[in-house]
Amino acid sequence: MIDDTKYYNPDIECAPREVLSWIQSRRLIKMVKSCYNNVPLYKKRFDEMGLVPEDIKSIEDISKLPFTYKDDLRDAYPFGMFAVPKEKVVRIHASSGTTGKQTVVGYTKNDIDVWSTSVARAITAAGGSKSDLVHISYGYGLFTGGLGLHYGAEKLGAVAVPVSTGNTQRQVTILQDYESDIICCTPSYALYIGETVKEMGIDPKSLKLRAGIFGAEAWSDRMRDRIEKSLAIKAYDIYGLSEIAGPGVSFECCEQNGLHVNEDYFYPEIIDPETGKPLPDGEYGELVFTCIGKEALPLLRYRTRDVCKLERKTCSCGRTFVKMSKPRGRTDDMLVIRGINVFPSQVEYVLLSVNINPNYQIIVDRKNDLDIMEVQVEISDNIFSDTVKNIKNVEHTIAQSLQSVLNISAKVTLVEPNTLPRFEGKANRVIDKRIL
Amino acid sequence: MYVKQLSIFVQNTKGRLADITETLAKAGVDIRAISVADTRDFGILRLIVDKPTVAVETLKKANMTVSLTKVIGVGISDKPGEFAKVLRVLSDQDIQVEYMYAFISRDKGKAFVILRVDDAELALSIIQKSNIHILTEDEIANM
Repeated sequence: MIDDTKYYNPDIECAPREVLSWIQSRRLIKMVKSCYNNVPLYKKRFDEMGLVPEDIKSIEDISKLPFTYKDDLRDAYPFGMFAVPKEKVVRIHASSGTTGKQTVVGYTKNDIDVWSTSVARAITAAGGSKSDLVHISYGYGLFTGGLGLHYGAEKLGAVAVPVSTGNTQRQVTILQDYESDIICCTPSYALYIGETVKEMGIDPKSLKLRAGIFGAEAWSDRMRDRIEKSLAIKAYDIYGLSEIAGPGVSFECCEQNGLHVNEDYFYPEIIDPETGKPLPDGEYGELVFTCIGKEALPLLRYRTRDVCKLERKTCSCGRTFVKMSKPRGRTDDMLVIRGINVFPSQVEYVLLSVNINPNYQIIVDRKNDLDIMEVQVEISDNIFSDTVKNIKNVEHTIAQSLQSVLNISAKVTLVEPNTLPRFEGKANRVIDKRIL
Repeated sequence: MYVKQLSIFVQNTKGRLADITETLAKAGVDIRAISVADTRDFGILRLIVDKPTVAVETLKKANMTVSLTKVIGVGISDKPGEFAKVLRVLSDQDIQVEYMYAFISRDKGKAFVILRVDDAELALSIIQKSNIHILTEDEIANM
């Protein structure tokens, strides 16, 4: 009955809800024990709440568990929340934190397997198979994008082509010459590649490429249309965050309306961000994940700060996995620029570290389909000089520090004092001009 | 003897130079010489005025970023080759000019140049030794 080529793990992806609940309950119970016994922070939180691991008898009890916040990971920097000794860890990734301190995540061999399986399911859902060439233009490195898709493609048995980012003309030449079937990158880079294909005088229909898997950035259906036209492909969304695993936590199927969560590994809940109370399916709220299939960094009810809703009904693709809507916003001030998380507080940290008053504004825009970031900083007497050279040096120093902390380049513009808006209470220092 | 130059940070926005000069006019400050270094995003307005201290206070009150820079002013005869002599003297001592600008006074036949150099102390003593007229603040105030 089930067409096996449409799924990577048909038995799981199309399992009846009772079966999924049973798997989830069993894994949650095991996870909670590991957290309590191996992660001091969780033991402390459980003890404070008067909770013991035995109180968790099934997945229904999940709302009894404490939340985990990004700050918890930052406070435990770098490895304080790992639940296994280092000899069991085989991989580290990291993403930016709110104050310039990274959030470091670790994986055991099994965790890599869980993650790769999740990505293999995503590639399969996008129509991928063993015989496909998967062109990966995500950055390779501490960022989870490149290696995440890479291991997923290999897990599936497809041909992983680790192109990484940059040198867009060469990317196009590779797509053409290798006859790649599937491309993976950020949606904004996909548009840029599409633009380059056009500039090089290549008809996108002449490429063998038939699907794209795009994530690490918010993107709209309008953008999907543009990507699909410019590369003559079907474009699928993939969602993830390094704290939970990386890309592949959830993925789109042929319906292209919502992302199936790999809920046998990552259990999602929607909560009211103010009260922390769970919200019913169909209501928008903050997305929270519990890693029920992971060993090295098994987070309980991790607050993603992404706002979306869940829907639990069998999809026309046959999957029973719960579907989350594309995130429609954030509950904090995090920005995603070229796939990289940026917090205004990081900019503040950089300015203070080079002795500059943090009166600043961040302007994000999109030019030629690439995100660009400008940081306007009010000049102060201690950095002003009568020569252009010295002021340019100050701009350069700020830009370099931003680059090293944020991992993306930003244009720095000095402006006159008292020209940027002042805030009472919560500052809104970001102007996001991007139209997705 | 140095003279005081006002250096003002100017954002490249419409009417900004007009705002600054109007502010100075209201304070009764008379401008003797003017120069602008411009980049794509900002400029540095450099002014020699009759009352530098008053000018700085006024501009600071108006929330502008302004500083006083010590520069050298020289007076030369307004004829070919006179300024070249000054530059040659400096160049012979490896003194680099960061920027400069010239103005003429109401006295016929006299020209002035404001110089900002990397080693101001050395430059001053060399210019003095070479019998070149060095401008004083009083002279500027009473021009």
